[in-house]
Amino acid sequence: MDIKKMTVTLATLALALSTSVTAFAATITLLNVSYDPTRELYADFNKSFAAYWKGKSGDTVTVKQSHGGSSKQARAVIDGLEADVVTLALAYDIDAIAEKGFIKQGWQKELPHNSSPYTSTIVFLVRKGNPKKIKNWDDLIKPGIAVITPNPKTSGGARWNYLAAWAYAAHQPGGNDAKAKEFVTKLLKNVPVLDSGARGSTNTFVQRGLGDVLLAWENEAFLAVNELGPDKFDIVTPPESILAEPPVTVIDKVVDRHGTRKVAAEYLKYLYTDEGQKIAAKHYYRPINTKIPTKLAKIKKLYTIDGAFGGWQKAQKTHFSDGGTFDQIYAPKK
Amino acid sequence: MSASPRTSKDRSQTEPTVVRWLLIAIAVTFLMLFLILPLAAVFSQAFDKGFTVYLDALREADTLSSIKLTVLTAAFCVPLNLFFGVTAAWAIAKFSFPGKNLLITLIDLPFSVSPVISGLIYVLIFGLQGWIGPWLQDHDIRIVFAVPGIILATIFVTFPFVARELIPLMEAQGREEEEAALVLGASGLQTFWRVTLPNVKWGIIYGVILCNARAMGEFGAVSVVSGHIRGMTNTVPLHVEILYNEYNYTAAFAVASLLAFLALITLVIKTIAEWKVQQQLQKN
Repeated sequence: MDIKKMTVTLATLALALSTSVTAFAATITLLNVSYDPTRELYADFNKSFAAYWKGKSGDTVTVKQSHGGSSKQARAVIDGLEADVVTLALAYDIDAIAEKGFIKQGWQKELPHNSSPYTSTIVFLVRKGNPKKIKNWDDLIKPGIAVITPNPKTSGGARWNYLAAWAYAAHQPGGNDAKAKEFVTKLLKNVPVLDSGARGSTNTFVQRGLGDVLLAWENEAFLAVNELGPDKFDIVTPPESILAEPPVTVIDKVVDRHGTRKVAAEYLKYLYTDEGQKIAAKHYYRPINTKIPTKLAKIKKLYTIDGAFGGWQKAQKTHFSDGGTFDQIYAPKK
Repeated sequence: MSASPRTSKDRSQTEPTVVRWLLIAIAVTFLMLFLILPLAAVFSQAFDKGFTVYLDALREADTLSSIKLTVLTAAFCVPLNLFFGVTAAWAIAKFSFPGKNLLITLIDLPFSVSPVISGLIYVLIFGLQGWIGPWLQDHDIRIVFAVPGIILATIFVTFPFVARELIPLMEAQGREEEEAALVLGASGLQTFWRVTLPNVKWGIIYGVILCNARAMGEFGAVSVVSGHIRGMTNTVPLHVEILYNEYNYTAAFAVASLLAFLALITLVIKTIAEWKVQQQLQKN
């Protein structure tokens, strides 16, 4: 009896303590480690999710953000940056985190659509009125065209740019890998400077005024136009491009330590709701729910990494590892 | 006739007026182009959209938290490095011991190492893949990608400032005054407080102000260990970069102007301290 009494007292005490703790810190904090161009998207989305979660559970949730180059961010998580969720530019970077045992293998099957709640593609940003008449990928390799794109060694966006050009060339009539290599070699000859990240390249193009065309994430291109004046730039959506699927996942090891698994999982699921999809569309990502209206131009053909390159692991190894195709064909200007 | 050889001899010792003026003009133009102009650009961009926009930019929550973090970092680093610096300088200037030259070399190490490396060493030691990272995590201690890592990296890069400033000053002053104090019966600590410290007062201020400027302005090392969490682990210099990358140019320059102000204040105090140090040396 005594023991039972004591247990009850202890339990009450524990309950009182825990409620006082929740009353004291009525906020759950999540850390979303993301890549560069999603700053504005998640600033918006986090507010919406906080309101949704408050209504659903009564808890206040604060989502902290960290942004940087996708691979660099993955590296930071591996080195101990305690991300509850990551929302990166490509599956390859999340695979790297999974390899170190932070996430279960097969993470990409956890959420619908390869765990990519929105997609994007690569478009061209040109000077107002498109003075160099750039309409399609072929126009980028013409002599005298200066193309701005970041370095695929360090930038996720740059890898998409590179692979988009490659896929385009390989799928033209009579196209093959050799033709594609030649095409991308010519394209890189037209690049005056390789910045290390996507935002760096955008700043080079819009602030420093270098180049005739910027290869950019679709949402980056729209953001640049909206922020820096629609009277200065035009967006050219090529008839063919690549389907970029930026994936999201919960970091198992971290949420289990923080006790935030439930809210972290809900946070990512909320990306798939109509509300989440609308926010993605508003920030010029392509929602996967086709019923959500979008202002983005239709693209005739979108190549996928799996279809055109046999997945990220293979694409990375062939093209961007040391001594890979990029190293073979890129010769910096002396 | 007799005067002309003498004047030509004088001329041979000094440069012709044209050359002198040309040199001064080159120096001034260079200063204007590379120092004054960029500084003016920072302020003109910061106030581009008026004073209220400027103030709003500084009052923004993430900006305020970056300012707090920067002040906190300096509040840790400067006193610690003041202590280390005075101790090291005192040991080196007033005593002889084996390994003294090695110690001087080691103090200079942070100057010769790239700030990126200074940051990376802490990731390699305290990171999850590093030496003691897993142990730290088991005990719920966060070093890298948190405030302690930022402070550690900053201590490392600002370590030499106070010591570097004091060593030559103390060496130039020699040991005579201390020896006199000891002969007259003062204890070691008394000698330090009453003789050594007052003599190097201005040198210390000079070192502290430089140390503080670097602590608040460090970018590279801090960037590596920061983790870039908004409102938590961004210092002022990191926040400037973020604002710039968000096309928020006015806010970026507004925050940058704080660092520019700091630089100007540092410069003024530095000049005063330098002058006082000179005076003191001449007096001796």
